Amino acid sequence: MTTPVLSSSPRRAATSLSVLLPSVCVLAGAALAFLMFPYDLSFLTRIVIMMIFVVSFDLILGQAGIATLGHAAMYGCGAYAAGLIALHLSPDPILGLAIGAVAGAVMAWISGLILLRTHGITLLMISIAMTMVLQEAASQARWLTGGADGLAGITVSPLLGLFEFDFVGQVAFIYSVSVLAGVLLLCQILISSPFGLALRGIEGSASRMRAIGTPVYRRKVTVYVIAGAIAGIAGALTAQVTGLVGIEVFNFSLSADVMVMLILGGAGRLYGALIGTLLFMVVHHLAASVDPFNWLFVIGFMLILVVFVLPKGLISLPTRVTQLLRRT
Amino acid sequence: MSLILSIVVDGVAYGMILFMISVGLSITMGLMRIINLAHGGFALLGGAAVHLLTTHLDVAFIPALLAAVLAVVLLSVLLERLLYRHIYGFNELGQVLATIGIVFIMIATVNLFLGSTILPLGVPASFTTSIDLGFRTLPFHRLVVIISGLFVLAGLWLLMEKTKFGIYLRAAVDNRVAAASLGINTPVVYLVTFAIGAGLAAVGGILGAELLPIEAYYPLRYMVLFLIVVSVGGLGSVSGSFVASIGLGILDTAGRYLLPGLGTIFFFVAIAVLLALRPNGLMGRAQ
Repeated sequence: MTTPVLSSSPRRAATSLSVLLPSVCVLAGAALAFLMFPYDLSFLTRIVIMMIFVVSFDLILGQAGIATLGHAAMYGCGAYAAGLIALHLSPDPILGLAIGAVAGAVMAWISGLILLRTHGITLLMISIAMTMVLQEAASQARWLTGGADGLAGITVSPLLGLFEFDFVGQVAFIYSVSVLAGVLLLCQILISSPFGLALRGIEGSASRMRAIGTPVYRRKVTVYVIAGAIAGIAGALTAQVTGLVGIEVFNFSLSADVMVMLILGGAGRLYGALIGTLLFMVVHHLAASVDPFNWLFVIGFMLILVVFVLPKGLISLPTRVTQLLRRT
Repeated sequence: MSLILSIVVDGVAYGMILFMISVGLSITMGLMRIINLAHGGFALLGGAAVHLLTTHLDVAFIPALLAAVLAVVLLSVLLERLLYRHIYGFNELGQVLATIGIVFIMIATVNLFLGSTILPLGVPASFTTSIDLGFRTLPFHRLVVIISGLFVLAGLWLLMEKTKFGIYLRAAVDNRVAAASLGINTPVVYLVTFAIGAGLAAVGGILGAELLPIEAYYPLRYMVLFLIVVSVGGLGSVSGSFVASIGLGILDTAGRYLLPGLGTIFFFVAIAVLLALRPNGLMGRAQ
């Protein structure tokens, strides 16, 4: 074995710090939000869970360039798995998360084996069709899923045996934020690893990556499974925090919303996923409280604006503005 | 036996509606390589315009239909000039997002003026009378749908195979760059194709309102269905769209008749298997 050249360079230390950066930012932001909006914790928790979900989508769309419209499939499987475990087996939240992750990963593995052989419009269609099949199956299997009524009354035991989930949602919020920080750390490690580099290579040009010997299909399935596990975690968190799982978890609009949030913020970068989710959820909350239907005007114009003016998302706004200023 | 005939008749009527709405989508996708998620929006706007004309302004159904289709065609020309022309150049994802944006605005507009309930189209009473076919009675309306679908198919065939425009269109579908360099004015071909597709979607939406009721969320509710027709038929193929529409119409109807409850699962599993085996659709060519 030859020793890697970079292993002892100072860059190594800098990378390990930058790996922690997104998690630290999120923790600081969450602490601030916790102090500033102590009465909106359930809404903040929803945002945090959505962030986990969008970050998982960023792994497949932003890193590997796989565009699907069926990411809700894994989220829903995680939610149902965690809900069923809590109802029938054990109310432990951490176990529920693990089961949710496994359910998401298994779903992603099965569907990924078929999905990732295709691309473009066919991939979009099959991913939509699979989510529809799951939704229909969930609504038919009344004995297991409760059909259209869903699973209700899911309760979880105190976190780590110590912290009881309270009425205001403080524990739920801290719990979700910790999970988000962990997920971000994992994703950051993944992105800065050779595997992450291979994914960005596949996004750039799959045929060239194949030519230099990367097993493109296997890499894609791997990242799809990892993203599926994280989406499953997001679903499991939703089930535990809200105590409900309905067939809406497989809604097409959820998959579309996730894509919109990611593109709004900027695909390919974790901060983009976080910013996009925050903006989308807050605007949604405000617009929907005025008039639920005007929300579609807002999001429609926002989408067209982003695609036409800021194709790399809001995260590219500063560079874009400086570019424009420099030109004039 | 009569059950099979019923399935076939209902399935064909359903398939004809799918065909009229989706064929424009298929051709624009094959020609401009654009994923237009707003295509169902033209069907919605056509239906909404007819609703407005017949129930609020007391116009008769047939003139209202013609006026609505004309209005949708004009709107589509405007949209092509202002927005779609730029969207052609985006990557797949950009196209999906921009056209989702457009469809959201269409939905919100219809909702703002007409609300989110089902919009009745003021169909004349003669459309709803039944006629006896021997093995069952069929609403006259279904017959109108089937006949219009056949007319659209024949018209498109004549347009594609027998006119100069058809030659330009097929050349541009095969290879845009070569077609443009041979002197074919591709932007005009795009514009006309887009307008025809939008107009047909409006016709399909209006005539199909009995089966796919017009309401504000129409384009999102049935978007998946239209896209499935296109991807099963193969992009840019009129005959592919026709075969896929009729096939899916019959498959879906059969699923609902024979396996109530499991029909939707059966339908989508069949689609997923078909697309996994033939990623370019029934009549599509490898890209």
